[in-house]
Amino acid sequence: MGYPHKPHPRETAILSKHFGEADARSYKGWVKRGGYEVLPTALAMEPGKIIDIVKESGLRGRGGAGFPTGLKWSFMPKERKKPHYLCVNADESEPGTFKDREIMRWTPHALLEGTAIAAHAIQAEVTYIYIRGEFTEPYATMEKALAEASAAGVFGKIKIHLHRGAGAYICGEETALMNSIEGKRGNPRIKPPFPAAAGLFGMPTTINNVETLAAVPHILKEGAAWYKGLSLASPKSTGTKLFSVCGHVTQPGNYEVTMGFPLKELLYDLCGGMRPGRTLKACIPGGSSVPILNRDETEGCLLDYEGVIEKGSMLGSGGVIVFDDSADMVYQIMRLARFYAHESCAQCTQCREGTAWTTKILERILAGQGKMADLDLLLDLSENMTGKTICVLSDSCAAPVVSGIKKFRSEFEDYIAGKRRPVMVA
Amino acid sequence: MTDDLINLTIDGVPVSVPKGTLVIEAAKQAGVLVPHYCYHPGLPVAGLCRMCLVEIEKQPKLAIACATQVAEGMAVKTQTPQARSARTGVLELLLINHPLDCPICDQAGECELQDFVFQEGRPGTRYAEYAKRFNPVEDFGPDVLYVPNRCILCTRCVRFMEDVAREPVLNVSERGDRAYIGIHSEARLDHPWAGNVVDLCPVGSLLSKDFLHKARAWELDKTASVCTGCSQGCNVTLDTRENVVVRVRPRPNLEVNRYFICDHGRMNYRWMNRGDRIEAPLVRRDGELHATDWDEACERAAALLRGAGGKAVALVSPRASTEALYLARELFTGREWTGAFQVVMGEEAPLAGVPNLALRAERAPNGAGAELLGYSRDYAAAVQAAESAALVLVLDEPETTVRTAGSLIYVGTALPEGARGAEVVLPIANAAEEDGTYVNRDGRVQRYCQAKPAPGMARPAWWVLSELLVALGGSRGEHLASAAEAFDQLAAAVPAFAGLSYTSLGLVGQGVNTEVRVPA
Repeated sequence: MGYPHKPHPRETAILSKHFGEADARSYKGWVKRGGYEVLPTALAMEPGKIIDIVKESGLRGRGGAGFPTGLKWSFMPKERKKPHYLCVNADESEPGTFKDREIMRWTPHALLEGTAIAAHAIQAEVTYIYIRGEFTEPYATMEKALAEASAAGVFGKIKIHLHRGAGAYICGEETALMNSIEGKRGNPRIKPPFPAAAGLFGMPTTINNVETLAAVPHILKEGAAWYKGLSLASPKSTGTKLFSVCGHVTQPGNYEVTMGFPLKELLYDLCGGMRPGRTLKACIPGGSSVPILNRDETEGCLLDYEGVIEKGSMLGSGGVIVFDDSADMVYQIMRLARFYAHESCAQCTQCREGTAWTTKILERILAGQGKMADLDLLLDLSENMTGKTICVLSDSCAAPVVSGIKKFRSEFEDYIAGKRRPVMVA
Repeated sequence: MTDDLINLTIDGVPVSVPKGTLVIEAAKQAGVLVPHYCYHPGLPVAGLCRMCLVEIEKQPKLAIACATQVAEGMAVKTQTPQARSARTGVLELLLINHPLDCPICDQAGECELQDFVFQEGRPGTRYAEYAKRFNPVEDFGPDVLYVPNRCILCTRCVRFMEDVAREPVLNVSERGDRAYIGIHSEARLDHPWAGNVVDLCPVGSLLSKDFLHKARAWELDKTASVCTGCSQGCNVTLDTRENVVVRVRPRPNLEVNRYFICDHGRMNYRWMNRGDRIEAPLVRRDGELHATDWDEACERAAALLRGAGGKAVALVSPRASTEALYLARELFTGREWTGAFQVVMGEEAPLAGVPNLALRAERAPNGAGAELLGYSRDYAAAVQAAESAALVLVLDEPETTVRTAGSLIYVGTALPEGARGAEVVLPIANAAEEDGTYVNRDGRVQRYCQAKPAPGMARPAWWVLSELLVALGGSRGEHLASAAEAFDQLAAAVPAFAGLSYTSLGLVGQGVNTEVRVPA
């Protein structure tokens, strides 16, 4: 449901069904809506059984990478020689993405219930929900919900802690998040070891996204087959997905649709299309870190993991950023690069220096001081920043630059040739 | 044993290394140095400079050699176009904010940034239009300056302080290209082992104030030595410029000091350069000391040894070589004698992250050697015994005042006031001026080498004492040509050293049989 807009009949509201209902935030209100119904059954189940159900459902990580959730859970050691941890990634910071925020604001108990089930499935006694520092309202809501549910004793022996971030984008990277919880600088770690072997405090850890876990109670309640059936295109992408649509559409907001829903229909039917007199120029389908799609590529693009890859981008977090023909793509890409340059953790050379240099070149092009050779330099730099670093932040900076130059080269050339009025950027 | 070895190839060269070895270390065995900055064998792996990217056959992405473990049949290629281009790319990025002030940088000539840029860097920069990042020089501690503009943020210093010194006063502050090495606002980099960050820094970002602008790296001669600062016996390199010791740096020895030395040892070299040295043998004639040649000096000393009928006392320095201590003892064979050494004590300062490594309270590099050779720690008793002794031999104890009714033979580097009553003074080389061995507190015999010439006629103590033995006559005297000969003679004679030879000690040393005690 595209809260605050009215729900659209073409949405499949499962996670967002109770968005906007203040009463759903309370424990009582949530129980009234069928919440915590499945939890006692789940906690009494054999952990391996839950993992099998989630595997069978086809649920994949909603944080961006789309890794099969049940498979991830199954990586945890079977023998419990060390304490197990569950981390919930609620550090939603990807530009253009605001779905987890709404889940926590309106349905905090959905996340808590999914968290408890996941903790049981991986045999974790301690769980940390790492909430983005700027999410003050969602944090307060979660805090209240956790207190109420804990008082009701629904979690058994599972301990759930809320942990607030301090404003770094990189702490949404899973290993940086773990460092941050440990009280260290939020630097991504080299892998291996992977979290399932040595994660939080060096112990076996699973980390899941908010939206992923919020879907788990539904899967246990309605069955894997039901969830698997929610698929319009590729059978490898199942369930529903929240898309945070922002930018040049008349009704931006969160929309929940079944996997495989056509992008064009999301933008035109659900989001009301472009502003009057404007046409679609470009769209970033999965948060700022994925390649930009041009208008042609949005045609026939199906919103599931496979469908977006087919068009040369990625489903990512489901943060859909829409640009109409008034958008200055050079400026937009500079803004993205500047964001990454600001947020680079400074570990890897390519990222620390490359993101800043990329930004400087883009600023110079915008200021009318660019040279044609700058475009090749940007592409060469981006090549250097792709696939060579600890995490993918530098790849994320390179992706829009490479796709931007490839698909909107003339806009860059116009600035360089002096055909566009220079933009001075501070 | 062979079951535990992993076979792989590095640039086509086959190597077999133990399981768990990192590719970067396996490459060293194949004679391939993979360029790197953040990796250091003495520190936890960080994997962040991304310089050691190499291609591994059948792997889709380049891998960092410093964090990848070897696997059976792995084929590592360091020189493929992809790997080279990735490293060239890293170098270009490292240089965009680097001041390129090599002409005034102490690191020039031993700078890993210079070396690898020369090897694999781009001929020019494409970062021409922008000002470089600038941050002022910071005073980190008693001996360490931080020049942030040269910093490549490899974090070796941060990891050393955190994981090895276990005093985490350094960090990476800020993010992105604004990042720099920060120091705790209320702390100084004054840990007793802090100076290692200067050695660890691959560029000229962390500098030693002591060495600041003192010499260019290419002017330095390097000599393997052993630190004389305490009984730990850390392996060091003496850097000399025109026969002056200007710097002491750690020399890796995994059994003793790994890759580190303490600041006390690092600063303990000025005495090696002191100018007020005895430069000729002196003999007493008409109540005055007169310079003479070695033949007369040895004859006079031998005559004193032969003539003095009563008890002999030897006051020796624990900085004297094992060879000298042995030969001094040989002078007294067949007569009543006692020998003792004096140990200066100080504060113990361990390096928390390395087991059995500390600046030891005993500031004596060869106390263990002296003990093995029968010298006593009861120096006060020996000084008292000297008063009534017929003959006193002092081996390089410049702080000592000798009162004796008998004759004094002073063998030393400098002549203290308190020894001016000597009948014969024999000038010897100091530890930087001779070859020799020390035995550390754990009973490890380690060689040190001559880094500079001894002044004037001064000779190594093993030579002086062996010539004295020859002058004494009898069967024991033998002209010795080297410290090696002296050591081998000692090894044949003293059970604790049995089975060792100067050659087999190599440059990292070997243990003595510390169970065997030689009666004095």
